[in-house]
Amino acid sequence: MSNKVPVTATINDEEKSFLCEPRQSLLEVLRDVLNLTGAKEGCNNGNCGACAVIMNGVLVNSCLVLGVEANGATITTIEGITPKEGLHPLQQKFLEDAALQCGICTPGFIVAAKALLDKNPSPTEHEVRYWLAGNLCRCTGYDKIVRAVLDAAAIMRAEKQTA
Amino acid sequence: MQAFSYVSARTLSEAADILAREGDQAKCLSGGTDLIVFLREGRRSAKVVVDVKGIPELNQLSYSPKEGLTIGAAVPLHRIYDDAQVNEHYPGLIDAATLIGGIAIQGRATLGGNVCTASPAGDSIPILIAYETTCIVASRSVTKAIPLEKFFVGPGRTALQPGELLVALKLPPPTPNSGAAYLRFTPRNEMDIAVASAGVVVVLDEDKMRFVGARIALGAVAPTPLFVPEAGAALAGQPVSDEAIEAAAQAAQAAARPITDMRGSAEQRKHLSYVMTKRALLKAIERARGGA
Repeated sequence: MSNKVPVTATINDEEKSFLCEPRQSLLEVLRDVLNLTGAKEGCNNGNCGACAVIMNGVLVNSCLVLGVEANGATITTIEGITPKEGLHPLQQKFLEDAALQCGICTPGFIVAAKALLDKNPSPTEHEVRYWLAGNLCRCTGYDKIVRAVLDAAAIMRAEKQTA
Repeated sequence: MQAFSYVSARTLSEAADILAREGDQAKCLSGGTDLIVFLREGRRSAKVVVDVKGIPELNQLSYSPKEGLTIGAAVPLHRIYDDAQVNEHYPGLIDAATLIGGIAIQGRATLGGNVCTASPAGDSIPILIAYETTCIVASRSVTKAIPLEKFFVGPGRTALQPGELLVALKLPPPTPNSGAAYLRFTPRNEMDIAVASAGVVVVLDEDKMRFVGARIALGAVAPTPLFVPEAGAALAGQPVSDEAIEAAAQAAQAAARPITDMRGSAEQRKHLSYVMTKRALLKAIERARGGA
């Protein structure tokens, strides 16, 4: 039997301490221990990207990270991307451009797209498609998702210029 | 998932002590993109998972014109393909590092892990063999160097003995007038597993008209990644010509001994060994001649 291990991490700008078993994935910890249910379990083996989070500035699949590995890490989930009021431009454009149907892949796509735009504010369509290849959507056919990311990028660039 | 305990090792000796004590019930964790899936699916078992990402020797990524490139076994792919020196001196490695999984996998997955998983289709392995990579292996009592082409003993099995771990991969400095490329065949562009692949390094003479030598290795066409010295030998001393390239590609095809599975038939893989070798050679020659 394994004992629970204390872990402290900065999650969405707040320091959180929790107990977890070494065998629990970060995804399980986020959803079942911390009640952050935005990250979704799709395949649970790294193929679908529905559980994507940003860990120490790097996009990762939280199903392929152990909760204990989060000790000392800084993690951003979809909940941390959503502003206190209103929506993030990516969220807004996913709505306006109808870039979702059932919605289960959407948090992963938005987290992945956020990580892309943090690194590259002006991606080409090809770069968006390449970056999002690790996120699966079985409803939309991807076109609207790619368009939403490009539209959000344009808005974010414009906001940055006027800021 | 099965229960295990977790240790984040800070030094090589701390990790080696645990491996010596627990034998194959201790598993090294770097990026976890294979290990966590294997543990979850019950394909591997562990009493203790040793996180090796905090060990300095496994985290180094350094290049010098004299020593070549040292890649710690726990360095994630994104660090490798974001590194200016690797981009400049080892473009064939960039081909492979940018092909493995998607971006979220590349944020965690390591070349050390790809090598230790020892899949016949591991995307980094043919090009690492072509680059004449040496595995630096350590245990509590010894450190040794194993040529990468001797590291694989079967599908999923390596030359690592109980108590040993992979510390780093060492690539010699690139020879002047050399070029490299890795190519794989997959039905889908991204997020797929090779049906067959080829990694090649060519060295040309000063005029770049003649082959000085070449190293060629294949993926997914044998129980292990396959070094094909006779394919490289077919090029040594020959003019850069369609005939020489044809002879090397045919030698690669002759060496391939693939199986038929859900990804492709043995016949298709035989043919692809030829095609991938030929195309990778053309790309490597282009790079040796100064092309991208």
